[in-house]
Amino acid sequence: MAYGPGITWGDVGKRLPVRAAAALAGAILCLGLSAGGATAQEAPPRHTVPVDSMVFETPPPPFRDPDIFPCSQCHNADMPPNLQRRQLVDMHDDIVLKHDEEHRWCLDCHDAQNRDRLHLANGTLIPFEQSYKLCGQCHGDKYRDWRAGVHGRRTGEWNGKKQYLLCVHCHYSHEPKFKGLKPLAPPIPPGRKP
Amino acid sequence: MSESISRRKFLCIAAGCAAAASVAGCSDITHTSFFRHNFRDMTPDELKKIIADLEREHSATFGKQVLVGVDPPMDGVSFAYALDISRCIGCRRCVYGCVGENNQSRDPQIQWIRVLEMNKEKGIDFQEANPYYDAEEVPRPGHFYLPMACQQCENPACVKSCPVGATWREKDGIVVVDYDWCLGCRCCLSACPYGARRFNWGKPTLPAEEMNPDTHYLGNRPRPKGVVEKCTFCIQRTRRGKYPKCVEVCPTGSRKFGNILDPESEIRYILEHKRVVVLKNELNTHPRFYYFF
Ligand code: SF4
Ligand code: SF4
Repeated sequence: MAYGPGITWGDVGKRLPVRAAAALAGAILCLGLSAGGATAQEAPPRHTVPVDSMVFETPPPPFRDPDIFPCSQCHNADMPPNLQRRQLVDMHDDIVLKHDEEHRWCLDCHDAQNRDRLHLANGTLIPFEQSYKLCGQCHGDKYRDWRAGVHGRRTGEWNGKKQYLLCVHCHYSHEPKFKGLKPLAPPIPPGRKP
Repeated sequence: MSESISRRKFLCIAAGCAAAASVAGCSDITHTSFFRHNFRDMTPDELKKIIADLEREHSATFGKQVLVGVDPPMDGVSFAYALDISRCIGCRRCVYGCVGENNQSRDPQIQWIRVLEMNKEKGIDFQEANPYYDAEEVPRPGHFYLPMACQQCENPACVKSCPVGATWREKDGIVVVDYDWCLGCRCCLSACPYGARRFNWGKPTLPAEEMNPDTHYLGNRPRPKGVVEKCTFCIQRTRRGKYPKCVEVCPTGSRKFGNILDPESEIRYILEHKRVVVLKNELNTHPRFYYFF
């Protein structure tokens, strides 16, 4: 995997002192990048990592099919998880991942053991209502602005209670690029009738 | 204010002559819009009577309960606005959100917000800007969008140009117009370097079912023909703590609003962390409208 011009992870490991390399590996894990060249570490036990204490009130997550949740309706004991990275064909084949799809797939965000939850790179399970924590692992600058009320739409009171939206209300998680819109009518130039 | 007294006296005399034989004496017609005092000179009693008259009149015209508020500026509050030009896609949702909220005339068309389409290669260049763009989908490649409305200048050229003091800057930073004091001379229109003011050349039309009955005296109450109007940061909403309408309708979340004196506000975060520009900085108008990216 290339890192900057002409440097690969192998090179970085060779050139850096041990502590720096360890820190780097940690950073990779934290950032949730695919752990291609990093040493495969034991994931910390679930539920032991303290969750970021900031919780934001948002409307419910926008599931495309309202009946699809909870996922455990189908993903239950009768369906052992298949951890093999693959192209889905039987179900969910309508989802085309256009979100760093070269490096990631379903189970990087969805939890294999508990399908009704997402998981962070460190293994922490989070409900779909807090998906912003998941997005924030890679998009830290946007997460910071969003928490401050600067990224994303706010409604409510400038000096009081505000309603936040989840990242996924505007950016469909599997294809997050904001879609263009048809503009409303242009103004009528002076002297012309509508 | 000697100016207001002399105008009022003069008009009373003039009207008195014209209506000498009619039933209405001068004291009975002082509350019609022509004889109202400047908003800043009204006594509380006078204001109360005028509000009652206005509410009755507008409620009858539009067939619903219309309220005319006079909420004063809040203590320790000075408003500012910020717009993310790297996010705005030029969809004009803000324009029509504003028209509806602020009771702007549909025909002749009045729109306080104007979205300018600019060429990415040219940067912010008003010579190249196009407000009339239309497309199947925005943003159009190679373009960016810069919505413009009143910049609520700290040093407003419009206020200085008004010969009768019908427009002024309030303590919370909102530049307002007293529609009953405005002469319609349009000095402010030509003085404003941002093209932010609109003139009611014809009698404004406003469909009753679309009329927003929650109004403010210095904001979105229905205007007569022949007066100037402009953005007031949604004075009827923001003085009650709500966000302006355009902030709430913008689908990209490009629009940010708040109290510049509050260090925790979104506005302060933007001023402290983002790259901010104001338009026509060299004119020393000190806009309270910041564009950031
Ligand atoms: S609604 Fe938002 S994105 Fe659309 S033109 Fe206005 S500021 Fe730009
Ligand atoms: S933008 Fe124009 S109308 Fe608004 S305060 Fe400044 S000079 Fe006055």
